[in-house]
Amino acid sequence: MAEHLGLSDAIFRYVQDGDTVALEGFTHLIPFAAGHEIIRQQKRNLTVSRMTPDLIYDQLIGAGCVRKLLFSWGGNPGVGSLYRFRDAVENGWPAPIELEEHSHAGLTNRYVAGASGMPFTVMKGYLGTSLGEIAPHVRFLDCPFTGEPVAAVRALNPDTGILHAQRADRAGNVQVWGISGVFREVVMASRQVVVTVEEVVDVLERRPGDFVIPSMAVTAVCEVPGGAWPSYVQDHYERDNDWYRKWPEVSRDRDVFSAWLDESVMGA
Amino acid sequence: MPVWTADEIMSVVGARLLRDGMSCFVGIGIPSTVANLARNTHAPNLFLIYEAGPLGAKPYRLPLSIGDGELAETADSVVSVPEVFNYWLQGGHIDVGYLSAAQIDRFGNLNTTVIGPDYNQPKVRLPGAGGAPEIAAHCREVTVIMRHAKRAFVPQVDFVTSVGLGPAPDTRSRPGFRGAGPINVITDLGVLKPDPHDSELTLVAVHPGVEVQDVWDRTQWPLRVATRLEVTDAPTSEELAALRDLKSRS
Repeated sequence: MAEHLGLSDAIFRYVQDGDTVALEGFTHLIPFAAGHEIIRQQKRNLTVSRMTPDLIYDQLIGAGCVRKLLFSWGGNPGVGSLYRFRDAVENGWPAPIELEEHSHAGLTNRYVAGASGMPFTVMKGYLGTSLGEIAPHVRFLDCPFTGEPVAAVRALNPDTGILHAQRADRAGNVQVWGISGVFREVVMASRQVVVTVEEVVDVLERRPGDFVIPSMAVTAVCEVPGGAWPSYVQDHYERDNDWYRKWPEVSRDRDVFSAWLDESVMGA
Repeated sequence: MPVWTADEIMSVVGARLLRDGMSCFVGIGIPSTVANLARNTHAPNLFLIYEAGPLGAKPYRLPLSIGDGELAETADSVVSVPEVFNYWLQGGHIDVGYLSAAQIDRFGNLNTTVIGPDYNQPKVRLPGAGGAPEIAAHCREVTVIMRHAKRAFVPQVDFVTSVGLGPAPDTRSRPGFRGAGPINVITDLGVLKPDPHDSELTLVAVHPGVEVQDVWDRTQWPLRVATRLEVTDAPTSEELAALRDLKSRS
């Protein structure tokens, strides 16, 4: 059963230095507030996984929390580069990071295997690509039935999955609608699951296209209104595209970024 | 005579290739512009799939990101990311995908990962693969749209993010890819298609006002030219008006 906790308590308890943590949410429902709490608590040597690192991992990397990054598309969509990510990869600032790079389908299927309790799953990707040569958790097999070549990707089971959703009830059941990305896969693959929500309500009124994660699959629920800003929460607030467009100005220069981090995250 | 920008001619020529009723896998940027231009003009029933999960999206404005709320709110259905990649793409349900890249080579292999010979010491770190390898592998056909820059048109890509058509004749049949791969490459100078004999990209059309020498000047390999080189029909004022209207809303 999920426990209702304050965000700082939840991060203190469920994210330890050296852990593997997945903060997911595909454009929609990115758990920024939880990421900022990880930065404030100065967690170190994390292995972080996310299909699209987005601004949230650019910030975690720039803040020095990350030792290794698993990802499949590392840009600021429609805008350009993630400069803290690039600075860490190209210049080792503030610390070198190790990359484990996938395609979207590859990282997705690592979560699928993890959620399914399987050591790996198979897909028809990576064949013939350079990614297939460098990705450490990809192997090639022949189908035992037809002989056709397939790629095997190893299961990923994060220590803690961190997600944002529209709402939860008092029992800790979590309700989500709109673009869900790999929400369910991360919940089921992770050993511990922290979900921040816009609101806690007495009764979850069902909505078209929604799903509910039963409380028994969730470790902690934290009520954090606005916790996905500057990404968006369908039927609560829109994506702050102006902030995404402004991010290069904040992040391109190390000093400007560090000043922003001190004022807007550490000092918040 | 209407005048147009590089992005405008690429968008118009790209949109013309889309037929009404096709299913189209849409990436962000020019691919999204192309698909929605076609949907707003000659292909109102184009079925748009965005990798974040919206199926049958009908955005009024062009989205900045691949998972914007407007895509989900206007879609027939929103599915999970595993469903998009495993069932819709890998399952073989998509007619056409549009891709762009930082580098393309003479066989249509695409690089969106790193520039430079050493993956671990890249000269430029690019965003990476995203959905591109699966689009390139599984869509029935792929159209590449990118600016014709000399640094981008290279004999061999530094890193194969997405598989093209060669150089080996079994480049696509050996891994069992069902899709035909990149059969159109649209640039701001013209259109390239693979030679049916050996799959090497060949210039088949130039846009109005472009000379073959302009294309050679911006291609790092000795680019073949079709014996019957065509000239693209100039964008019509209707096409340009529809495109500019779409952009002005966004």
